[in-house]
Amino acid sequence: MNILVFVKRVPDTESKIRIDQQSNSIIKEGLNFIISPYDEYAMEEALRLKEAQGGKVTAVSVGTKENQVILKKCLAMGADEATLIKDDAGETYDSLRVAKLLAQAVKQKFTEPHLLLFGKQSVGADNAQVPSMVAELLGMPQANVVTKLEIEGNKGTAYREIEGASEKVSFSLPAVVSAQKGLNEPRYETLKGIMMAKRKQIPELSLQDLGMKEEDLSPQLEVVRMDAPPPRKAGKVVEDEPPQAAKKLVEFLCQEAKII
Amino acid sequence: MTEPREKDFLNIEDLFRDEELMIRDTVKKFVDKEILPEIDAHHRKATFPLKLVPLLGEIGLLGINLKGYGCPGGSNVEYGLAMQELERGDSGVRSFCSVQGSLCMFPIWAFGSEDQKKKYLPKMAEGKIIGCYGLTESEAGSDPGSLKTRARKEGDSYILNGSKMWITNGSIADLAVVWARTEEGEIKGFLVEKGTPGFETSEIKGKFSMRASVTSELIFNECRIPEKNVLPRAQGLKPPLKCLTEARYGISWGALGSAQACYETALKYARERIQFGKPIASFQLVQHKLVNMLTAREKGKLLSLQVGREKDKGTANHAMVSMAKMNNVQMARNCARTAREILGANGICDDYVPIRHMMNMETVYTYEGTHDIHELIIGRAITGLNAFS
Repeated sequence: MNILVFVKRVPDTESKIRIDQQSNSIIKEGLNFIISPYDEYAMEEALRLKEAQGGKVTAVSVGTKENQVILKKCLAMGADEATLIKDDAGETYDSLRVAKLLAQAVKQKFTEPHLLLFGKQSVGADNAQVPSMVAELLGMPQANVVTKLEIEGNKGTAYREIEGASEKVSFSLPAVVSAQKGLNEPRYETLKGIMMAKRKQIPELSLQDLGMKEEDLSPQLEVVRMDAPPPRKAGKVVEDEPPQAAKKLVEFLCQEAKII
Repeated sequence: MTEPREKDFLNIEDLFRDEELMIRDTVKKFVDKEILPEIDAHHRKATFPLKLVPLLGEIGLLGINLKGYGCPGGSNVEYGLAMQELERGDSGVRSFCSVQGSLCMFPIWAFGSEDQKKKYLPKMAEGKIIGCYGLTESEAGSDPGSLKTRARKEGDSYILNGSKMWITNGSIADLAVVWARTEEGEIKGFLVEKGTPGFETSEIKGKFSMRASVTSELIFNECRIPEKNVLPRAQGLKPPLKCLTEARYGISWGALGSAQACYETALKYARERIQFGKPIASFQLVQHKLVNMLTAREKGKLLSLQVGREKDKGTANHAMVSMAKMNNVQMARNCARTAREILGANGICDDYVPIRHMMNMETVYTYEGTHDIHELIIGRAITGLNAFS
């Protein structure tokens, strides 16, 4: 089975994000970047499918040269190959741009993939759009926010997390599947894997290589303004004897907080 | 309040290659997920988290810097970064890896026969054989040359008699590398398998330091070791000391991890703890402490990294390693104590990590050459004069 896994480089979830109001973007200096955690579930699932059924796993990322690091991590986890689609535009938050680049790459450069695996969303931008867009552009079935995946021959069954329940969907391959937390527990990269990744080359594909021009990617989205979330208000402490405190608390919840 | 600086104050990360940082991050994740949630329970019960051993092997943290025979084949800097992260978790787990890799696998790798390497190294790298290292005796500590364990030749075997003390992993080990003196007065290395008649171990109880680690006495009573279990390429005191140099190098990095855990805990606490109406981090005396901890640790990082790069080039010597071990462990010992101090009464409970690190550091300060001994090693190197005899 031929599996493509799409991974994004994002700021470490432990990092404190600062915003530059002039450029409407986050300040990268001092930030630690990682592979988006949901993409790790996708990677792990691909490796498990390969181990069970054979085949090849290729990791793909769109972005600048710095994305090599997360692709190396995928190789260290056990991916057979990795490819960087070089787009010097960096983080545009334009999901359609990324989806077009990925869809074109799948058509042009990767022969007959059976499964396209994504994280359900990237942490940071959190748009959750790219998997669906790629599926649409390629005319493939899609199953998103998947917590369990079974592949048998040319058929897939996915269990999707929906509000208060789990939905079971069946589809034919090739298909797009996006991973939710719970799908699996990603493995640790091993030292041997990292040593092997050191020796592997990561080819780069430019827009030209994909037969695309900047006009094909005209932005569909403009970031008008970016703000940090407002700081959380301090909590309220009700100090009194228990019966009075309970009364005051209920009053607060009804009248001020308007929760009950 | 201005935004505090991010963790990597001097941008030392820029001095590492991507793969090196990848190894560090993998071990970091392992420590956060597997070690930190469990370590306090082990520390309280004085038990070693034995169930981690197969995973340590799987990730490749046993014999990291050894090549071939199923070993991971990493560089010395990679080895160092892994030790740093492990000891950020606990000195006991780092000690396990130091003993397994540098004190047990290394002598087999460096001084062993082809058969010995093939028989033991792959399984040790996987964690299926646990090793320990018997050099120290109750009356031969800083002066290992005075060891009293004897090896008497009898036919094609040696008969071991004597005992070894303060042996990390002793009672959980499947294999002991034991140094003993032959009748000719020469020190040789013996591979003693668990279950060999005449070989017993006894765990040392009542430790107030390095509690999440097994420390034992090894006892040899007419213990017969076949010739094929003698390390063929080790004669004299130099080979066992060479093993110590390997382990000391890793310890210098480990100390950085311990110091990091203590510093970060103290910094967070000081910024949150309100006294006299403001965070205690706003007081000059507390800032003084925090700044000194950070500065000492950043210097220590550069020291270990430089020695590591030299080691990878093959141009390091044992005195350089002594400087790194001496400086960084003292730094970590001070850091743990200062962090505990900043935490006030909270600092004496294991709800916060510094007290555990503070207790651990007493062992790390003492084993693998005490601080004083390293001063004398460096002293000999720069004066040409030997203070030992």
